[in-house]
Amino acid sequence: MSATVTSSQDLVASLTNVRFGYTPEQSVLDNITMRFPRGKVVAIMGGSGCGKTTILRLLGGEVHPNTGQVTVNDQSVPDLNKRALYAMRRKLGYLSQFGALFTDMSVYENVAFPLCEHTDLSESMIRDLVLMKLNAVGLRGAASLRTNELSGGMARRVALARAVALDPLLMLYDEPFTGLDPIALGVVGQLIRRLNDALRISSVLVTHDIYQSLKIVDYVYFVGQGRIIAEGTPDEIRNTSDPFVRQFINGEEDGPVPLHMKAPSLTQDFLARSAS
Amino acid sequence: MKRATIDLWVGIFVAIGLVSLVFLALKVGNLMTWSRAPGYHIEAYFDNIGGLKVRAPVKAAGVVVGRVEQISLDPTLYEAVATLNIQQQYRFSRDTIASVLTSGLLGEVYIGLDVGGDEEMLGEGDRVGKTQSAIVLEKLVGQFMLNQASSSATKDH
Amino acid sequence: MNMALNALRRLGNATLKTLVHLGFICRFFFAVLRHSPAAFFRFPLTMREIYFAGVLSLVIILVSGLFIGMVLALQGYDILSTYGASESLGVLVALAMLRELGPVVAALLFAGRAGSAITAEIGLMKTTEQLLAMEMMAVDPLARVAAPRFWGGVISMPLLAALFSTAAIFGAYLIAVQLIGMDNGAFWGNMQAAVDVRTDVMNSMVKSLVFGVIVTLTAVFEGFDTKPTAEGVSSATTRTVVHASLAILAADFIMTIFMFRGV
Repeated sequence: MSATVTSSQDLVASLTNVRFGYTPEQSVLDNITMRFPRGKVVAIMGGSGCGKTTILRLLGGEVHPNTGQVTVNDQSVPDLNKRALYAMRRKLGYLSQFGALFTDMSVYENVAFPLCEHTDLSESMIRDLVLMKLNAVGLRGAASLRTNELSGGMARRVALARAVALDPLLMLYDEPFTGLDPIALGVVGQLIRRLNDALRISSVLVTHDIYQSLKIVDYVYFVGQGRIIAEGTPDEIRNTSDPFVRQFINGEEDGPVPLHMKAPSLTQDFLARSAS
Repeated sequence: MKRATIDLWVGIFVAIGLVSLVFLALKVGNLMTWSRAPGYHIEAYFDNIGGLKVRAPVKAAGVVVGRVEQISLDPTLYEAVATLNIQQQYRFSRDTIASVLTSGLLGEVYIGLDVGGDEEMLGEGDRVGKTQSAIVLEKLVGQFMLNQASSSATKDH
Repeated sequence: MNMALNALRRLGNATLKTLVHLGFICRFFFAVLRHSPAAFFRFPLTMREIYFAGVLSLVIILVSGLFIGMVLALQGYDILSTYGASESLGVLVALAMLRELGPVVAALLFAGRAGSAITAEIGLMKTTEQLLAMEMMAVDPLARVAAPRFWGGVISMPLLAALFSTAAIFGAYLIAVQLIGMDNGAFWGNMQAAVDVRTDVMNSMVKSLVFGVIVTLTAVFEGFDTKPTAEGVSSATTRTVVHASLAILAADFIMTIFMFRGV
């Protein structure tokens, strides 16, 4: 752990003792502490519905923690007013689970969108920048296509180009590998790593695709039942003996994460009913 | 959709929208009679105005020359006072007769002005000399019945 | 006793829910107004929405107007001629259209054509996380998505209502003068004598402006309020049409009381 997380100056973002629930009774995250160092790709893994996406929402200031601190670039996110929050978000790139390309615009317009909204650059300048970003994801040739003409993998790459259009400080990826074929999967994975290193940004990756992410990330947090269950570098994770991580890596159906939902015992449920 | 195409269509849309507004104002609504051009006021006292309403037209020889601006009851004479707003360019002599008329049997109620021969003209705030009240159908019918009854009564004798 | 209590409780619950909903719409309305300068500083955005709300509603508005005018003329002529007042046909059509039918029916059509489209579009943007993505790009969806659509609709509505009334009067003219053979002069002349620009034409525009606000506000609000599922989008679209239509009719009744009583 100390290998990747050093002094606080090197952190681009962090969560400290964060507790969060959408309703007061039910907490999604329980006392979570995470460190996201500058220049690294950090993955947050865990089963579906364990609150991974919520962590991205906390970092983006979409939701605020019940207790604990969320800081991005040395600013406490929950304390920002709307103006400051929007200023902070300009330094964030966000890739949503579905790509979330604007359906009423072309590929070019999608990538140009953040540039047009936040800068006063001339039209030719924007054009150059957009084509550069599209080139970086290998889709310069698709600039004039409509978003509904793209395959899933292409759409994800266009969304990636859009997310890095403003050269963000921190990239947030929400399930970037869902619904992609193996080739597209590899392409997107390599792109995430390459963009991170080439643009000197930092990345937070929320995913449950363990093979792909272990190939490209620097550090992994495993989240389950709202807690951090395991963490470490990819090598540490591969060699761990933690039963939860092993179940996750090997895809075993039963283990610490039970197959069956909590229910009365079989005898009770069936026999008791037939008796009555 | 290209920017220029959108601009063109919106331009066409707004243009025909405005044209239709002008059409409604001029051809359907006749903006001319509505002109708030400064007019002058004259008053006319009637025993009974019948169904006369505020903003009913004032016509001379069938031409609209103004509107009824206000209707009230004179508390001492118990007569209806109609304040008429007459367009500036029309002048009427002092002995003009104002009458409450109905166009057709069921049509709109208006005030007709019959011009007299006086040299002096009516000015702001003046009062029309002679008036003729509305013909109230019920009264007319009542009178007719009464006449019939009395004439048949005399015949019987 | 218990049932009566339960019924009362349900009534109370429904009332509170409605009030909360209305409160949300009000707050939303002011939020949209606060973000409106963006819609005017970047007018091309609003222009695009005028195109989608106004231009694309043109055909249905013009065709419906024409036919409503024609049937009004046919029916009106039959009825009026039994009283020997067929000369007033133009008056009947013009006043009916300007005072009530024009703004109301145009707004109802607008709610069905443009309102539902706005809700569906925004609802889909929400479902596919486009709104979230926009917010994470530090672009406020209220300024970028809501305000232009709101003003596009508000600007389009009076123009559409005017076109609707015009088309109807033209349709009545076709039937009365061209088909039945009424006197052209009597048709227009009686109309001009009876229609007042202030009480009739301008009130007609005021009504349609209010309806424009009602329809687009409902549509944009329901879009943002959509539950992010396919079923959520469809029910939000339905809600837009139903709520907007009811609100139009209620608002029309209230405005008619104030505008035309005693005229």
